[in-house]
Amino acid sequence: MMVARAAALTCLLLLAPLAARAVQPDEIMTDPRLEARARALSAQLRCLVCQNESIDESHADLARDLRVLVRERLQAGDSDNQIRAFLVRRYGDFILLKPPFKFETWLLWGAPFLILLAGGGVLFISRRRLKSLAPATSLSEAERATLEAMLGEEGS
Amino acid sequence: MIVETGHYALVLALALALVNSVLPVWGSVARDQRLMAVAPPVALMGFGLVAYAYIALTMAHVVSDFSLVNVVENSHSAKPLIYKITGVWGNHEGSMLLWVLVLSLFAAAVASFSRSMPEDFRANVLAVQSWIAAAFILFILLTSNPFARVAGAPAEGNDLNPLLQDMGLAIHPPLLYLGYVGLSITYSFAAAALISGRIDAVFARFVRPWTLIAWISLTLGIAMGSYWAYYTLGWGGFWFWDPVENASLMPWLAATALLHCTAVMEKREALKIWTIFLAILAFSLSLIGTFLVRSGVLTSVHAFASDPTRGVFILLILVIFIGGSLALFALRAGGLQQGGLFAPVSREGAIVLNNLLLTTCCATVFVGTLYPLALEAITGEKISVGPPFFNLTFVPLFIPLFILMPFGQLLPWKRGDLAGVAQRLAVAFGAGLIFMGILAAWRGGPAVSVILSGVAVYVILGSFVDLGRRLFGGGVSTEMVSQRARGVPRHAFGTAFAHAGLGVTLLGLAATGWGAEKITMLTPGDAIEIGPYQLTFESVVPRNGPNYSELAGRTTIRAKGEVVATIEPAMRFYPVRGMNRSEAGIATLGLGQVYMSIADVAANGAVNARIFWKPLVALIWIGALVMAFGGCLSLSDRSFRVGIARRAHKARAPSPQPAE
Repeated sequence: MMVARAAALTCLLLLAPLAARAVQPDEIMTDPRLEARARALSAQLRCLVCQNESIDESHADLARDLRVLVRERLQAGDSDNQIRAFLVRRYGDFILLKPPFKFETWLLWGAPFLILLAGGGVLFISRRRLKSLAPATSLSEAERATLEAMLGEEGS
Repeated sequence: MIVETGHYALVLALALALVNSVLPVWGSVARDQRLMAVAPPVALMGFGLVAYAYIALTMAHVVSDFSLVNVVENSHSAKPLIYKITGVWGNHEGSMLLWVLVLSLFAAAVASFSRSMPEDFRANVLAVQSWIAAAFILFILLTSNPFARVAGAPAEGNDLNPLLQDMGLAIHPPLLYLGYVGLSITYSFAAAALISGRIDAVFARFVRPWTLIAWISLTLGIAMGSYWAYYTLGWGGFWFWDPVENASLMPWLAATALLHCTAVMEKREALKIWTIFLAILAFSLSLIGTFLVRSGVLTSVHAFASDPTRGVFILLILVIFIGGSLALFALRAGGLQQGGLFAPVSREGAIVLNNLLLTTCCATVFVGTLYPLALEAITGEKISVGPPFFNLTFVPLFIPLFILMPFGQLLPWKRGDLAGVAQRLAVAFGAGLIFMGILAAWRGGPAVSVILSGVAVYVILGSFVDLGRRLFGGGVSTEMVSQRARGVPRHAFGTAFAHAGLGVTLLGLAATGWGAEKITMLTPGDAIEIGPYQLTFESVVPRNGPNYSELAGRTTIRAKGEVVATIEPAMRFYPVRGMNRSEAGIATLGLGQVYMSIADVAANGAVNARIFWKPLVALIWIGALVMAFGGCLSLSDRSFRVGIARRAHKARAPSPQPAE
């Protein structure tokens, strides 16, 4: 009885539209060095049909095909760059999770530095301007008393 | 019937929000006490009505009222009760209702707990909060009505997405919303300050506890979300730089910066313009996040264009609120007198640097998230900006913050002595270096992990240097220490814990470098080694849940021959949606975790397994808990409890305020 139920359940699960999973044992290459390169490469390639997942993480069939493709290319002796170039020719820059540095993306890569520089520049200028202005005006005793009174107003 | 009253309550709430949008502001301009006094009770009533609407929707989900579109699409009669309740916010309409609920909750909280606030200021804060509430209730009623009925109710619903049927989902969105939407109150404070021209220490003092509450919730919410992704998505990742995650990270970064610079504004009357700007920015980022997540623009610009009603509406709200507040800001900020001067090497200086780095980090995440959308919209070219980009830009920007943190804590206001502070931090710094050395010699592993671990140790110890000196500075008898501990304000403890928490998280992140991963086929009886443990895959057990069936792979974990844990990673099948979900088996051993997920169960019981050993991984989330704990400590400090003025006044009376 138990066995029959188990078998039925197993069948049910097997027949269900099973999604392929992220990297599967049968994909793994025998050479651990090549496999490590394959994993590193796949982590940087986008699964084209998913939302922001690398092909290394994705369960989609396309991701599996790409993982297999990457491994075939590695087996054939291609360098990482050759494989990336091949995939970009086929699918465009969209496949690279790390966008290439080029005309359309210089603003993207430059943004952090530009913002940091701009922020630093604003700070520098405002300091110089502040220095040239009146000397420090901290909260005076009277103002401080007003503040305290305001905060403790209630209940008194 | 209950459903209709809920719908009606929401419409009434809109009416009240409109009342509160006008009368208090009018009152503050006309100096009419009676009009200003309208704000608090109306805010409370508005909250009551939205809460009623929310409960009505929850009731419909609980009793599986399939005459509601929302229930049909997201529920199933066999779904466990807890997921019927959490499923309310597991969909667009319900989550927007939760959004408005939190919004009005904060308005009600300000109405109840800020009686000591200047009246015109409070009236304006509540009015601005009502503007936001009105806009979003209108959004719900016009584009995303959760109370819509369906003609010819079906007998069964479509069930909730299996990924969302999980305890993590139960806790994560409400916390996240408390933080996300809680920032609306800082926005309202900033806008009200601009309207009433009250941009001073009083503003800073009143806005601080609210910012802190939002920050604590946001910290916990993000951590919970990351843990949820970690154990449900099945490949052991916990942060993906996904746009949805970035949408919550940006407000967190802005809120963290705001938390620090309100301190400067309160204590030193400096950075006024910047503080107001940050307060506006933090909530604007929440709005942008809501737009990104809710409009469908993320999937593709084209998906957005195909059904633009919701997206355009939120975009409109976004433009009005961000644009309006920035215009107000530009109008008022020019006339502001900049307050206290300070030397570059000082607490203020450190906080300015902290703000510069945090906002740059925030801007980087912003650009990285939106650049592909902008590029596609302009040139039609599609690019991806993924984790490698953020790891190369965000991380190097964030690391200096870790180095800076203990310095900032030790520097005095106005003018500090860098060499002196460095000297006091020598112990923490040395400990970090020694830790690095030991790790490198003993474990080896990736250099980044070794270095970051050392930095983490430095941050954790450095965070407590100030407290250590205050408590153990002269003589270490128990009595003296406990006496001194009473003299140290709670927010000093809070700061130390919050900073140390970040260090703890960093240690957890650094330790990922020593993890191990195995992907292999296992048949029952197989044994495999991972990290310091031996796993035995015992058997595959079929089971039935309330609305799913599963195959669980029972696995025992042994350390040196002794059984230390049993895990049951499972493949679940949800028949209603025809979807599979893997349920990871996780054993927490010490601070590390053995993580296993299975897939593709064959007839003979063989499975494809992914097994990880993740040393110290629990620290990532424990660190967030420590941060939140530090936040709560600060919140309990009496200098923060502006709301309960009576008690604070009494407490202040006998003993003088501790010197800063």
